[in-house]
Amino acid sequence: MAQLHLKNIKKQYDSSGPVVVKDFNLDIEEGEFIVFVGPSGCGKSTTLRMMAGLEEITDGEFYINDKKMNGIAPKNRDIAMVFQNYALYPHMTVYDNIAFGLKIKKRPKQEIKQKVEEAADILGLTEYLHRKPKALSGGQRQRVALGRAIVREADVFLMDEPLSNLDAKLRVQMRAEIMKLHQRLKTTTVYVTHDQTEALTMATRIVILNNGEIMQVGAPQEVYNTPNNLFVAQFIGSPSMNIFDGIFDGERLKIGNTNIKVAEADKHILKEHGYTDKKIKFGIRPENVQEYQQLSKPEEASLFDIKVRVNELLGSEFMIYSELEGEEIVARVDARNQNKPGDTMTFAFDMDKGHFFDFDTGERITDN
Amino acid sequence: MKTIYLFWIIGFLGLILGPMLFSLYGSFTNYNVTSTMDFVSFQNYEEMFLHDSLFWTSLYNTLYFVIFSVPLTTIAAIFISVLVNQNLPGMKFFRTVFYLPAILSGVGVYLLWMQLLDPSTGLINSFLSLFGISGPNWLFDAGWAKPSLILMKLWSAGGAMLLYLSAMQGISKTLYEAAVMEGASRVQMFFKVTLPMISPIIFFDVITSTIGSFQIFQEAYIMSSDSAGSPENSLLFFNLHMWIKAFNVFDMGYAMAMSWILFIIVLILTLINFRFAKYWVHYEDD
Repeated sequence: MAQLHLKNIKKQYDSSGPVVVKDFNLDIEEGEFIVFVGPSGCGKSTTLRMMAGLEEITDGEFYINDKKMNGIAPKNRDIAMVFQNYALYPHMTVYDNIAFGLKIKKRPKQEIKQKVEEAADILGLTEYLHRKPKALSGGQRQRVALGRAIVREADVFLMDEPLSNLDAKLRVQMRAEIMKLHQRLKTTTVYVTHDQTEALTMATRIVILNNGEIMQVGAPQEVYNTPNNLFVAQFIGSPSMNIFDGIFDGERLKIGNTNIKVAEADKHILKEHGYTDKKIKFGIRPENVQEYQQLSKPEEASLFDIKVRVNELLGSEFMIYSELEGEEIVARVDARNQNKPGDTMTFAFDMDKGHFFDFDTGERITDN
Repeated sequence: MKTIYLFWIIGFLGLILGPMLFSLYGSFTNYNVTSTMDFVSFQNYEEMFLHDSLFWTSLYNTLYFVIFSVPLTTIAAIFISVLVNQNLPGMKFFRTVFYLPAILSGVGVYLLWMQLLDPSTGLINSFLSLFGISGPNWLFDAGWAKPSLILMKLWSAGGAMLLYLSAMQGISKTLYEAAVMEGASRVQMFFKVTLPMISPIIFFDVITSTIGSFQIFQEAYIMSSDSAGSPENSLLFFNLHMWIKAFNVFDMGYAMAMSWILFIIVLILTLINFRFAKYWVHYEDD
């Protein structure tokens, strides 16, 4: 197990080119499962590859257990890596693939055999040890790649979108297996994904990246409930948070012609920060857009009507897609809902769960 | 659609199967262009194996050439492709230079090499003399004539290099990255990743160049001073001997029999190659 320390890490492929990772600072504790998440090109894989030693660090310092790793060869970093496309050797059996690193290190045969069999047992690969990768399913292949990491008994696991090549069902299954593995081995893990659901379900802490910069670091609940800025608010959560442009008049939030009462605590903070009569961005998650019938105190709520455009059944619930004052709104409602496209529904926002952001910077204003 | 089939059948029968069957039948006759084709049973084959010592010489020369030329050019082509697969400035220039010999046509190249290999005025011996080495007589020395041809073949390894280079560039970079993470050295990566990954191309190259090398003719015809395999029959390859039999002495029946023997040898070797392929050729998907 290891602590990792990334200090002012920067990556620029050529001196006149764009900076793909900007001033990246992060401390990772022993045994953590850190997930880097962000859209394509945000620098998450590049950062991971710099940690692995596959990419040079342009500027800044990277430490494993207080030992500086800049310029140290990948093999001397005691890191095992799992790749998106598995990186299995097609000409080797599952056994040889898992044993590859140990054979390279010229470990005794008996030790190799024992470790490979142990790993195969953990991953349920025992009966496939003599097969070639081409005779395995995607999930099994990724398990072989995990096996290769396990036998190394490395200090750190780096995983670069390991589940992206799998179908949806397998992805969920492998997600659970990787978490189980982490609970068992407790190896410090850095996991890269573009899938926010993976990030939310797996991470002890999530690092959200955009354009080479860290947008927020925090536990899954924390980044979901208190996003630091508009980017995090919209990136984390599916469907993403509803965002409206509005003006705070000291009492209410005006979204076009719809006036909505602001919660007392938020009112205070907005006034304190000088947002009265100023344009702001208001965000609310689909599950906090409540149907009139579900409200406990409908007389206190600011109600508004919308016309259902699309209703999407997700099994236990419906997603209602519509428009409020010209902006798209998504509401998550009970599956017993009988409304059809074209019907009018009455809603209210659960304003205790609302988020206010600065109109220009997109930074969070309240501290809900 | 039917017309296309008709053309194909005419082409296949007239240009492939017909001549093959004709030569098979001809190999059992005493056909000499002017005579009728009289059936002589296995007489040509008997003559070949029991009485024609030049047949054995030509077979020996050909096997010698195949045994040295095929592995050496294969190794050279792989070696060059590893070199030009590096991501260094000017690499395109070197790739072009190495590939150039492959697009130069036969006879011109042979004449060029005859000049290079000239014992007294050739560039190669002049170069060797700079180091105080007195070069051999190359094409005029029975011991050096075949190595000269093998040397010339090595020079054109760039053709196969192109195949290997494209195969190497098709190998997923993550395989190497995974190996780097596991601590593999460059040499280990070459033997454990690159070679197995390009093994289907090596297999293809070995098969085709073995067949090609058994058919060596032009080189010997042009470069042996009497066009008949001199010095001391050291360049009398199988096909040259067959050609001499067919078109110098017009013993067509005998030449046809020789061609069938060559066919059988190549067929057996190819089958052996295929038989052993499963031990060293790795296909990603099959």
